[in-house]
Amino acid sequence: MAERINSQQRPTSSPLGMKRNKVSLHPERSRRVRLQMQGVSKRFGATIALEDVGIKVAAGEVLALVGENGAGKSTLMKVCSGAIKPDAGRMWLDGAPYRPGNPLEARRAGVAMIYQELSLTPHMSVQENIMLGMEPSKLGVILWKQVRQRAIEAIKEFDNPELTPDARVSRLSVGSQQLVEIARALAIGCNVLVLDEPTSSLTQQDVKRLFEIIGRLKKQGKAIVYISHFIEEVKRVADRVTVLRDGRVVGSNDVAAISTDEIVSLMVGRQVEELYPRSARQAGEVVLEIEDLAGPDKPKSASLTLRRGEVLGIAGLVGAGRTELLRCLFGLEPVRKGRIKLGVYTGPASPVKRWMQGAGLLSENRKEEGLALSLSVADNVTLSRLKGFGPLGLVLPGRQDKATRRWLEKLDIRCRGPRQSVSSLSGGNQQKVAMARLLQHDVDVLLLDEPTRRIDVAAKALAYKLINALATGGEAVPALRPAGILPAERNKGKMPSPHRQPKAVLMVSSYLPELMGVCDRVAVMCRGRLGPTHRIDEVNEHELMLEATGK
Amino acid sequence: MKKKKSGKQPFDSAQGEERYVPFMPSGDEAPIPNSQFFSNWRRWLNTLSPIIALFVVFELFVLIAPSSFATARNMEMIARQTTIVGVAALGMTLVIISGGIDLSVGSIVALSTVVIAWLLRYAGVGPLTAAIGGVAAAALFGLLSGVLITRLRVVPFIVTLGMMLVVRGAAKGIGREQKIDVDPERLRWLEELLASVPKERNWMLLPPGVWIMIFLAIAMAALLRYTRLGRHTFAIGSNEQTARLCGVAVERVKMLVYTLCGAFAGLAGVMQFSRLTVGDPTVAVGLELNVIAAVVIGGGSLSGGEGSILGTLVGALIMTIIASGCTQRGYPNWVQEIITGAIIVIAVALDRLRHRRTA
Repeated sequence: MAERINSQQRPTSSPLGMKRNKVSLHPERSRRVRLQMQGVSKRFGATIALEDVGIKVAAGEVLALVGENGAGKSTLMKVCSGAIKPDAGRMWLDGAPYRPGNPLEARRAGVAMIYQELSLTPHMSVQENIMLGMEPSKLGVILWKQVRQRAIEAIKEFDNPELTPDARVSRLSVGSQQLVEIARALAIGCNVLVLDEPTSSLTQQDVKRLFEIIGRLKKQGKAIVYISHFIEEVKRVADRVTVLRDGRVVGSNDVAAISTDEIVSLMVGRQVEELYPRSARQAGEVVLEIEDLAGPDKPKSASLTLRRGEVLGIAGLVGAGRTELLRCLFGLEPVRKGRIKLGVYTGPASPVKRWMQGAGLLSENRKEEGLALSLSVADNVTLSRLKGFGPLGLVLPGRQDKATRRWLEKLDIRCRGPRQSVSSLSGGNQQKVAMARLLQHDVDVLLLDEPTRRIDVAAKALAYKLINALATGGEAVPALRPAGILPAERNKGKMPSPHRQPKAVLMVSSYLPELMGVCDRVAVMCRGRLGPTHRIDEVNEHELMLEATGK
Repeated sequence: MKKKKSGKQPFDSAQGEERYVPFMPSGDEAPIPNSQFFSNWRRWLNTLSPIIALFVVFELFVLIAPSSFATARNMEMIARQTTIVGVAALGMTLVIISGGIDLSVGSIVALSTVVIAWLLRYAGVGPLTAAIGGVAAAALFGLLSGVLITRLRVVPFIVTLGMMLVVRGAAKGIGREQKIDVDPERLRWLEELLASVPKERNWMLLPPGVWIMIFLAIAMAALLRYTRLGRHTFAIGSNEQTARLCGVAVERVKMLVYTLCGAFAGLAGVMQFSRLTVGDPTVAVGLELNVIAAVVIGGGSLSGGEGSILGTLVGALIMTIIASGCTQRGYPNWVQEIITGAIIVIAVALDRLRHRRTA
């Protein structure tokens, strides 16, 4: 591939992805193009993350990259900053071919990515952080004078009283920490800065300050790629916007020439496929009722009612407080105020109690919270209820295995057996194991946090079928494999019977088409507040997206 | 053992062949061994590897040490010498599996001997009551560690480091900085726990103290494997967040784990007292490191979620064999220490290697 890249001539003025651009391209600027990517493609297994994507950023320009979660923005920028190697495609930096092998090489070449999660060492000072890994030294002894001088140079631009060379990074506000990160990129001489969702954890004031600094960097001739899904911000800060959807560029234009509505339609414009089965559902009695619920920080205020036989979706942007809402409900985070009624139980309760009350939570963070990776599949599936696996409250591994094998079968979990450790399963199969726990526990209220995140399409389809089956009260899982397998096994033992009574599902997702396809009603969360619920046939994705972005 | 029996049946054997869609492993997934024999064989190897290591070390010393090494008498002595560390290591295994550590074990052993001696001498109670008193006092300090760890949210290393000093101080306080002597008349069976088996009771094979360790080891292994407390301990060590999410009462389990560890250290103190026959507040300094080493040699992971009772006992035995073998061979003390240190590092490195291959 290396040869192919070298043999290709660098395009002189061809605009990016001509065929795909539905919105007219902006006229060629006379400004020097700093970073150009063309024909970038990347697949992860069966998933196409990027296909034939091209972008171009000129000196003194801010390019906004927008799209829904999973549209490929972050993957594209990881390609550009050397964290991921593309399957195909070419890149140029200041006119010269550019092929970073890792993020450090990219930084040395002049491309720096400022990640959402700050990558600073909190215990060290500002100057140490700025010069980390490139401290000027003589015979291994650090020349502190130079360190200080260069750090001061890098931060004087920002004009921020909090930023002094000796300040400890952990004492700074998040906004100032971000500036330290930017200063680090500038100190190494980067001319292309990629900001990934830079405002998601900032206060309004910090956002304003950041935008001023972006303006100043622009004047200095830096090229800036700004990733965001807050469209209002994009309108404020960017010169040009490129919209990604499903790994492709679907439009690119001057910000001044395109309306918010147009951007949103480009982001979501797609038809809902037959991926989402929907049987006739019958809403039953109320099983979960919350009123004006508030957590330590988020949610600020949330009210909703969930009935048996119903799937209620919560839409919103990452960081809007949806996960925190579920965690408050489940007792993993303290409740500041508000009322919760789960079945016949009122008030906040610990996770231990919640499981006993018939609720289960599927964590959005599979690896860090959802699963105990070093334990076996059987232990993970049965962990929430180690009862009924032997006499005298004993837990006999053989019976655990037997109960688990049933779910391996039903959910088509690919593994060697119930005793295999979960860490060696693929992402989709791990998610099925986490889901099997709720089914094994036989909960009535399922709190699902991003149930289809980072799993392939086949596993997603199964998840949608499963959710539909749960809500309608059919067989636990529609027969992916023909029914009738192990008929004798099914009715033996103390395993919970296949689900007959409909369940209630509360589902958080960042992927609107999925919510539109699966849910009966949907509510949007924006900056910690949960809006009114809409019946799914009375809203469209466009309206939801507007509500989520705070319009 | 149950696991193995059920594992013999391939898990998808019940499916009709025409329905079964064979899974083709894609590049990034480990190929699935299709031979059940192979995976069983590997599982056996994993279980047996500590015993194989024990056998190798033992044979090594049989080869190089004098011929008296492999005699029954010497093996009995090795068992006796292992008991104090072994009993304390049973509790430590639990703590380490839960992802914690307990540095106060050595001090608790000393405290236990002092409490027993004090009770025998000043309270005038019988040996059984005294032993129970020693274990109870030890369990109480274990509970205190557990409470501090869960309530103050301070890491176990720090809390138990503090407790190490606190308990040692308490032991010295009770003994007024001196050993407490006990009238030999009052000791009765306490004296015989770890004494060599006399001729007329040859049917016992091993001294009662060793039997106590063996029975408790079996009980602990069963607790870890067959009870909710055991499974919850593994879950907490593997991923505390997951355990909390799944409704495990993390704080309560942890308190119980540290209390049990204290109790086992107290029992180790009873064994220690049986050897010394005095209450000595300065005994067992640094014992906790031997105990931790035993658990770690036996496959316990300091990051939690891994460890086994069998492995721990083997670890304790390996250390005694090295010590006793070196003594009989006439090696000086410093050689022993170097060898033991090297064994710890090698054992853990081998364990990592094995894990990387099977993962």
